[in-house]
Formats: sequence, C-alpha cells, structure tokens
Amino acid sequence: MPAYRPPRISASEITPREIYMSRRHFMGAAAAAGLAMTGVGEAFAAPLTTTPGAYKLDEKLTPKEAVTTYNNFYEFGVNKEDPAANSGDFKPTPWSVKIDGMVGKPTEIGLEDLLKMPLEDRTYRMRCVEGWSMAIPWVGFSLSALLDKVEPLGSAKYVSFETVVRPEEMPGQKGFFQALPWPYIEGLRLDEARHPLTILAVGLYGETLPNANGAPIRLVVPWKYGFKSIKSIVRISLVDKQPQTTWKNSNAREYGFYSNVNPAVDHPRWSQATEQRIGEGGFFGSNRRPTLPFNGYAEQVASLYNGMDLKANY
Amino acid sequence: MVSIPALPRRYHKASIWALYVIGLCPAVWDFYLAYSGALGFNPVKEFEHLLGTWALRFIIATLAITPIRDLFGINWMRYRRALGLIAFYYVLMHVAVYVSLDLRFDFGAVWSDIVKRWYITIGMACLLLLIPLAVTSNNWSIRKLSGAWNKLHKLIYLIAIGGVIHYILSVKSVTLVPSTYIALIVLLVAYRAVRRPILDWKRGKTKMAQATR
Repeated sequence: MPAYRPPRISASEITPREIYMSRRHFMGAAAAAGLAMTGVGEAFAAPLTTTPGAYKLDEKLTPKEAVTTYNNFYEFGVNKEDPAANSGDFKPTPWSVKIDGMVGKPTEIGLEDLLKMPLEDRTYRMRCVEGWSMAIPWVGFSLSALLDKVEPLGSAKYVSFETVVRPEEMPGQKGFFQALPWPYIEGLRLDEARHPLTILAVGLYGETLPNANGAPIRLVVPWKYGFKSIKSIVRISLVDKQPQTTWKNSNAREYGFYSNVNPAVDHPRWSQATEQRIGEGGFFGSNRRPTLPFNGYAEQVASLYNGMDLKANY
Repeated sequence: MVSIPALPRRYHKASIWALYVIGLCPAVWDFYLAYSGALGFNPVKEFEHLLGTWALRFIIATLAITPIRDLFGINWMRYRRALGLIAFYYVLMHVAVYVSLDLRFDFGAVWSDIVKRWYITIGMACLLLLIPLAVTSNNWSIRKLSGAWNKLHKLIYLIAIGGVIHYILSVKSVTLVPSTYIALIVLLVAYRAVRRPILDWKRGKTKMAQATR
C-alpha cells in the first residue's frame, strides 16, 4: 500500500484548464473550417478529452510556444530549437508500444488503445539537468495503470524504456557524427514507475504531443531531471536488474541512474542549486530561482529513497 | 602559389579600422536579437554563448594569419593585432554578460563557480592571461619589450587551448560543432611545432630553383 494520498482540490481551482478548453474549441472550429493555420509540428495536434488530475501547481505555466520550441530531443539534433525545426517528417501514427519482459501478459498495445486510458491533466515542473525549468500542463495517464494490465511478475524489479529508431525521420540519428548511441534507453525502479506521479504523457496543453516533445507517447517523471522522461516510446520491459540508461552509459560520472533533482548534489561541471525558468524574466529580468529537492515533490517521493545516500546514488 | 590582388598601401589603415567595425558587428546584431526576443526562450544563455563562440572564432583567425602567410604567401599580418584585440573584446563581453545578466552580480556565485567548476576556472585564467597581451598590443610596447614581446605573446597558444577546453567542458556532449573548434585549434597550435622544418624545406626549394635557373 503506498502511504501517499493525493492532495484534495476542487475542480474550480483548475483555472488554466478553462483557458485552454476555450482555445481547444477555437482549434476545433478552425480545423472544421479547413484552416491550415498551424505550423508543421502542430499540424497533427488534436484535442484530447481529459479529466482534471489530482496534481495542481501554483505556478505560472510556461508558454506553449516555449514548451514546444525550446527543448532537448537529440534524435532531431542537439540544439534547443532543433526538435521543433527538424521533426516535421516524423510520423507518430500508426504507433504501438511493446510491453515485455517479466510480465504475465506480454503485449503490443496500439496508440488507439493507449488513448483510451483515463487521461488526466497533470501540470508538473520540469527541471532539465542543464539548469533550466518549465511548468508544463501534460495530458497523460498513470504508468502504474498500464503496468497493471500486463501483470508484472514478482521477480520484476525495474522497468526499462526504449525510444523509436527511425533515421529517415529523425535527422539526429543519421550522419557520421551522432550525439548518442541509439536507441535512447531509460529506466526506473519498479516502485518509481508505480508511483502515482509517474505518467505516460500523450499530450500537452490539452492537445496531442507535438513531434518535438516526444509524440505520440512519452514518460514524465517530474522529480527527476528531464532526460529521464524518455520520448517516443516503442518498448517497455520489466526486468530484474538495473537497466542500462543512455546518459549514464555516455558519462557515468556526470549522469547517474537515479538522477533525482537535487540542489545539494552538483553536476560535476555546474551547480544545480538554482534554475532558470524558461519564458520568464526576458533578457534583462531576473528569472533564476532556487531548485527544490526532488523538484518540489519531496513530500510525495522522498520516502522512496529512505536510507539511501543521495550523493552516492545521484 | 595562390595570388590575390594586393590591397594598395594607402588603404591598409582604413581596412584595419573597417575590420574593427565589421568584427564587432556580430556583437551588436546578437544583442539586438537577444533584446528583441529573437534568440528564443533563454536569451541570456544564448547571447552569452554566442559571444564566447565569436571570441573563439577570432582567436582562430588570429592564429591562422601566420600559416596563411607561410603556406599561401598571403600576408595579412597587418590585421593580426585587430583580430586578437577583437577576440579579447568578445571575451570581455562574454564574461560581462555572465556576471551581469546571467548571475546578476552575485559575486559569491561567480567565486564559487571559479573555484568549483573547472571550465570556469580555465575560462577565467584565459581572461587573465589575455590582459597582458591586450595591453601590449601596440607599437610602443613592441619596441619597448623587443624580444620579450614575442615570448609574451606566445601565451596565445595556451589561451587558445584553454579557450577550447573551456568550451567543450561547458557543453553536455561533444558533437560536430565543438569537435570542429577543437580540430581547428589543435591544428593551428600544432602547426607552430612543424613550422621551422616547413619553412626550411620551402626555402631549400626556392634556392634549388634559383640554382638550376
């Protein structure tokens, strides 16, 4: 039994939703009128039907344009603007996710069925290991609910994830000089994967995910550095040993398996004590803020790491 | 041998001043982009990095003057001081943006960066080493210091290597662009080691050509 109870909030408190609901109606009307008015990355954005989630964030949302045009997704290039600029050829449909390993019912589940999972609005902080952050209204469902469907065996201790490999559609995966080995792989301990905060996101700002943000389905683990939240997932495996992870393989001294947001444990090359909130402050305004332990989710997740040396298990 | 039309002597001075103006244009342009919001959602970091990259480019240009003269017979020596000083101005702007717009004059944070972060330590050391070079970049100093001036200005090799190390340590992974800067700087510094033999060999060839004429 998890000793965690989500905070109770009234639906009326979730004002941002109303704002984007009205935007959604507008989008629907625009689509009906046959107006192709959005950019390439957004061309396939479709509204999603969601219910308010149990997690509310009392912070200003990062503007949608910032969320969708400033991020890392090395499969499309190493610069922040590359994912939005180079993901136009990526085809997020049709899609399916293979779930295998130590499960009672290995399966391959189509995107249509994933979209039938109970979709919730989840506004989370996102803290990049590079020292910047955002507040993003995701749409997604609990990873735990999906794991229930495949019946993990008692021997399963970890969950590993894998991103799609499509050099023809992902320019960062071809050429003689590639930033990382593909596929991008990530992993969580089973109890981390089962935590109610951990979701598989299929949308943001009430619409399906743009290609740049990991369409059609990605992981969101808000208390860990952003690179743990693997994008465009094609495979989820339950395993008994700590899985390999891309950034740890690439530089184990700098990037650990846990990678929990921790202002007290610096990256070997830079401080993690503060972060820059993207889309705020502008050029001359101050937009640095202190980084919070577990990215502000300590109350919910700190107990997962009781007795663990967080400096050694960075 | 490559030959390009030589610039008439009377334009030399004007061309050097033009180089200062052109060389500092990217700073003005990038500042305008950052100020107007065209540098995306993290304009301070972006602007800071652009200034640093321009500093590296001008250091590379400074180091390229000698090999271009040795190997291609093009003498751009008159521009070398301007290129070096422009690089220094970019380093100054880079550091100024880091201290002011990025760290908001939090000198405690600057100091802890210097002592804790290798790439900042190296970057700051490069700035300090550049100062004597910038201060002695004038005819009076060259005359006054004579032989010592040459020795002092060899520091630029150390600064160039330090600068590129500072750069690669600051990026998350060494991809194509950082590797290109490393390669250029390594090549230009390594050239100095093989410069003598190359020059001797070329001189020998010319002598031989004269002898057999």
